[in-house]
Amino acid sequence: MKLTFSQAINQAFIDAMKSDEKVLCLGLGATDPKGVFNTTSGLEKLFGSQRVFDIPTSENAITGICVGLSIGGYKPVLTHQRLDFALLSLDQIINNAAKLHYMFGGALNCPIVIRMIIGRGWGQGPTHSQNLQMLFAGIPGLKVIIPGSAQDAYSQLRASIESPDPIIFLEHRWLHNSFSEIKLNHSSLDIREQSTVKEGSDITILATSYMLPESIKAANILEKYGISVEIINFRCYYFEPDEAIIKSLKKTKRLIIADTAQDCFSISYTLVEKIKNKIHLGSDKYSILAMPSVPEPTSYYLTKNFYLNYQDILNQVFKMLDIKNNFIEETSLDTIKHDIPGEWFKGPF
Amino acid sequence: MDENFRIRKILDMQELNIQEIKNLNYKLLMVMKRIREVELSISKEYKNQEIRCPVHLSVGQEAAAAAIALNINKTDYSVSTHRGHAHYLAKGGDLKAMISELYGKKTGCSKGKGGSMHLIDKEVGFMGTSAIVGNSIATGTGLAEAAKLNSKGQISVIHIGDGALEEGVFYESLNYACLKQLPAIYLCENNFYSVYSPLKVRQPPNRDISALAKAIGTKFSYKCKGNDPVNAHNIVQKAIYQCRNNYGPIFIEYETYRWLEHCGPNNDDNLNYRDQKEIADWREKDPIKILERKLTQKESKDYELYKVYIKNEIAEAFQYAKDSKPPNYIEAFTEIYSSK
Ligand SMILES: Cc1ncc(C[n+]2csc(CCOP(=O)(O)OP(=O)(O)O)c2C)c(N)n1
Ligand SMILES: [Mg+2]
Repeated sequence: MKLTFSQAINQAFIDAMKSDEKVLCLGLGATDPKGVFNTTSGLEKLFGSQRVFDIPTSENAITGICVGLSIGGYKPVLTHQRLDFALLSLDQIINNAAKLHYMFGGALNCPIVIRMIIGRGWGQGPTHSQNLQMLFAGIPGLKVIIPGSAQDAYSQLRASIESPDPIIFLEHRWLHNSFSEIKLNHSSLDIREQSTVKEGSDITILATSYMLPESIKAANILEKYGISVEIINFRCYYFEPDEAIIKSLKKTKRLIIADTAQDCFSISYTLVEKIKNKIHLGSDKYSILAMPSVPEPTSYYLTKNFYLNYQDILNQVFKMLDIKNNFIEETSLDTIKHDIPGEWFKGPF
Repeated sequence: MDENFRIRKILDMQELNIQEIKNLNYKLLMVMKRIREVELSISKEYKNQEIRCPVHLSVGQEAAAAAIALNINKTDYSVSTHRGHAHYLAKGGDLKAMISELYGKKTGCSKGKGGSMHLIDKEVGFMGTSAIVGNSIATGTGLAEAAKLNSKGQISVIHIGDGALEEGVFYESLNYACLKQLPAIYLCENNFYSVYSPLKVRQPPNRDISALAKAIGTKFSYKCKGNDPVNAHNIVQKAIYQCRNNYGPIFIEYETYRWLEHCGPNNDDNLNYRDQKEIADWREKDPIKILERKLTQKESKDYELYKVYIKNEIAEAFQYAKDSKPPNYIEAFTEIYSSK
């Protein structure tokens, strides 16, 4: 079945809520005509307003309420239309949800999923587009899931809902319209498993979130130049690098991490260090493509050259493989403006 | 005196403190009309895809801003929210700088860094807007404390929506303001919706918001029903007087209605999240139409000229914004800190 990322989230909700009546779906706009970019559309009709509901603009309290619901036997999935809004609930996330299992000596567990939408573009600006995955990944007790494809959206959301631990589920706004063939299964999925999306032999790209489709685009172009790229969908943050990553690097011996978050104090750097504990990587054999430590500006002109895309990946691959080339010709074919994911996007948010 | 010149003079008075015109109705109307025309022009221009940021327009909600405009001083402070254009203009914020900000230009009030949701004009005491619901309530309360410490009779006006009353920061800030008896006015534009969500899914039925503020400890708390601009003005005038005279923080609930979609340039009544009759009823209570009907013959003549004047003023501002130099992308990397 072919689904967009949004539809896949929606389908995951439907299947999870059918199979477990304790699952709840709540969030600002969860039942409104737009259904959080169509991810929650139709759910209220299917499951009723006791299980699917809109909420007051009270992020901190509602998060604590979700914790309470979870220790009372329910499985709430709370959605924030922007990660930035969830920042009001850091107390409940960090001092409560993340610590609950630990600080009561395992007596309690906290099966909640908090969806947060991250993004970029169309003047979202400094407080509507933050990719603060490092903030959550740095908190022991939270599992941070960051799907890169429609298939992930489905299977990782299902696995997240089944997880007994609190999950931060980060969806990139620019992925919502991407689509793929979806297998409606998830039961075999280890929530912390990365997935190899494309096999290759010259270089490994660990791509996170929206950088996954950009990496695939780059890899397809590189193919024409005889360069074989292996892409691993880096879709869960955990402090031990996955076996798939080590195996891949043993083969390609070169690594690019492509991230939507900033580089300083980042998950990417931590990961490189962890990888280097397991396998030798010379300093010219790895690099990180991530955002600068700068708030995202609003202006169309200021975001020019601000975002990373497939061209940055291409150039990085060339640099690391020591090939003199550039893809200016390719880029001139690009008519889509840098601040939108595609012609389908007309604003306003 | 040449009428055109008189009106120009009125507009040149930054605070829109239109003393020369005696008729309150007419003064309110002028301020509201200007705000509406600005908002409608943004709505019209948005379709050209040159304004590339979210915009939250105040069409239908101009009266609260106008009431403030006629009663606030330049030296007072004011802060607002995502829906802040009207409040910026009411405080005397520079129109060209605001439109340029929407176009992402260097001449914008935030140099293109902030967009529609981050307006500022320090010259006139407009100290910023926030894209995060509830965020500026605390900032505005802090400005009220600064005002109090300054002992110069300043006040701080905090514009909020009904949704902000659901955030803890509202209660924490109001508690603090009452505790410290700060000269703050919390002016809540209750338009009954937060995005597509009606009050009934967010707050208990029949809550009297102004009574709630009173229970927290404000000495005066007002409710202004039905989008009535003159009533709004009278309440705001009284509140500002009380606030300036050490009666502590004051809360005002102002009932109003948003005509366009929550975010963006269009009408979205086709989505049916708001009852058609409800929409029609509130459209009847258009504060601009109501006051237009009350103009004297002489004022009507003036008003025609005034409309031409603001039309030109707004066209000029848009032209200025479009002609302004775009910032260089390198500037995105500046001003992260104000020192080394
Ligand atoms: C903390 C936070 N939560 C959610 C949002 C998303 N949001 C933006 S505007 C808005 C509506 C707020 O409603 P209200 O305060 O009534 O203002 P109105 O838009 O009606 O003027 C919401 C929920 C946000 N910006 N910040
Ligand atoms: Mg509202």
